[in-house]
Amino acid sequence: MKTDSNRLLLSGNHAVSHAVRLVKPNVMPVYPITPQTPILELITEFHAAGEMTGEIMTMESEHSAMAAAITASLTGVRVFTATASQGLLLMHEMLHYAAGARAPIVMFNVNRTLGSPWGFWPDQTDSLAQRDTGWIQYYCENGQESHDTTLQAFRVAEQILLPAMVIHEAFYVSHSMEAVEIATQEQVDAYLPEFNPPHRLDPQIGESWGNTVSQVMFQNHRRDMGDAMERVLDVAKKADQELQDLVGRGYGIHEQYRCEGAEFIITTMGSMTGTARDAVDELRAEGVPVGLLKIKLFRPFPVADVREILSGIAKVMVLDRNFAPGTGGILYQELKAALYGLKGAPEIHGYLAGVGGTNISPVNIKDMVHSAIGEKPVAHSVWKG
Amino acid sequence: MGYEIQEEKVFNSGHAACPGCSEALALRFILNTLGKDAIAVVPPSCIAIISGPQPLSSMSIPVYQTTLEASAASAAGIKRALISKGNNHTNVVAIAGDGGTYDIGFQALSAAAERNEDIIYVCLDNEGYMNTGTQKSSATPSMAFTTSTPAGKLSPKKNVPEIMVAHNIPYMATATTGYPDDLVRKVKKAMEIKGGLRFINVLTPCLAGWGVPDSAGPKTSRLAVQSGIYPLYEVENGETYTLNYGPNGLSVADYVATQKRYRHLSPEDVELLQAEVNHDWEKLQKKFK
Repeated sequence: MKTDSNRLLLSGNHAVSHAVRLVKPNVMPVYPITPQTPILELITEFHAAGEMTGEIMTMESEHSAMAAAITASLTGVRVFTATASQGLLLMHEMLHYAAGARAPIVMFNVNRTLGSPWGFWPDQTDSLAQRDTGWIQYYCENGQESHDTTLQAFRVAEQILLPAMVIHEAFYVSHSMEAVEIATQEQVDAYLPEFNPPHRLDPQIGESWGNTVSQVMFQNHRRDMGDAMERVLDVAKKADQELQDLVGRGYGIHEQYRCEGAEFIITTMGSMTGTARDAVDELRAEGVPVGLLKIKLFRPFPVADVREILSGIAKVMVLDRNFAPGTGGILYQELKAALYGLKGAPEIHGYLAGVGGTNISPVNIKDMVHSAIGEKPVAHSVWKG
Repeated sequence: MGYEIQEEKVFNSGHAACPGCSEALALRFILNTLGKDAIAVVPPSCIAIISGPQPLSSMSIPVYQTTLEASAASAAGIKRALISKGNNHTNVVAIAGDGGTYDIGFQALSAAAERNEDIIYVCLDNEGYMNTGTQKSSATPSMAFTTSTPAGKLSPKKNVPEIMVAHNIPYMATATTGYPDDLVRKVKKAMEIKGGLRFINVLTPCLAGWGVPDSAGPKTSRLAVQSGIYPLYEVENGETYTLNYGPNGLSVADYVATQKRYRHLSPEDVELLQAEVNHDWEKLQKKFK
């Protein structure tokens, strides 16, 4: 065993807690919900053991947790919270409020099915349903990525002044144990400057927030938020590179896997990406010219990059572990919108695969690729798996 | 009746309250007593309108306008952030209406009391959703007309002061704008008692909602106390009760006669209300030692 190793066997959730310990938030309002709870439990254990300082607030609901997170952030300090599923939905009102207040809160969300009926399974509909709230959204495929992306989210959110949500899926990632390389305190201190915003709730400054505004002021404020979102694309790429320079691990805001010479590209978000990588390897071995595009940064959606990557590709197959009744897979819709009007745009097959946490194996994905190759796509999502 | 208040100018003229508004009066006494080392949290309410549209403000302290159900949680978030920065002196005050306190904001308030958050929470209680045009809240008293209870409310007012006492918070007080010296003293006392949630319920008669003349706010407030409907008292640590002003012989009939929200009442209705008030007062009296 290497004695200088910073590598621990951790669940995806505990990999996040370690990142939070290193980031040292001042205020952490928390509320339990399966399968997020281990994140908050390890944070409170670190706190009780004196490995973290700051204020832990054991709230009575996710709504209040987000309400407290917003004002703490506006008072000028670093804030973290975590939730999942119904908890995220209970926060919905406050998610809009946080983004409108330009509060750079970082929140971890563990994707879990939404009731009713009740379930505890991986499904991305909870966070994708928050796509219009003004939060930056990152989707991660394993604990290592969740650890590193949590660090990145603070760097990006605090530069841009928009809140950021980092996301992984229930159980497949949240409770799976993997070896995770934990960043050192020196690395994180070098990576994250102190958060000290000039505008804050402070009697010495006297500024207020949230008063009623005119129509024009409201419109201008939303336009400013949109401009800030646009800047995220570059800032997030840079933040990823800067972390890579320090810890040797980087992800980009999206990832192309074996796309050289590909005529067919599978598109995924989250834990299904690893499965799709295996399927791509097997298909390439069979001589099928297939590649993989993983979308990591979903908000803002990297439209220009996606258009460039997929231009000239014959077919794209989108795998959606989420479902919007009436329109289908959400990544499928986003991708279609992004590619509209593109010369040489690919045909797009939208597959609902793994909704409700059903298992999708490399064999399933290979079968889907083989059938898609021989079919014309329809104009809506198709149930698979 | 005269009174003298040493006040620091925090609440300013030029605000958007109705002429004679009890809430504006309450805000003057409360904010000017709190002084400038304070941050206020205000949910949607008349208070939010009075505090002013961007970029104007009638309050020369930072005011954060939150959502209707979140005042206590929002105030607690500010206080914890200040504590994390080593600031233990700035007062954080939530000022909410009865809808934002008795109804939709109660869960967050109860939780903040349970966590013993170091904030002052003031409820400006005008017994209904007045900013949306006089609808019933759980602070609306028995039989009162509102636009959502046009035949009169069928259930009594929720007793939030006693529910807050049951949280064993360091300080709970009832106050009203007709007794400004008492209100100011209670705000000062709340400021002195640190280290927990301090709750003050301030009865603020709504001129339009209750149907009284513009000049009748303080008088109506005093009638509520003198008829035993709204005794002024304070409780420390959930057990030490002190009566400040109680009934002085006036009846419920004297109180309701001046308010249009009660004009549909029959003499029998008024008797029933009197019995309710007598019962509540007898119950409360036992707690004063």
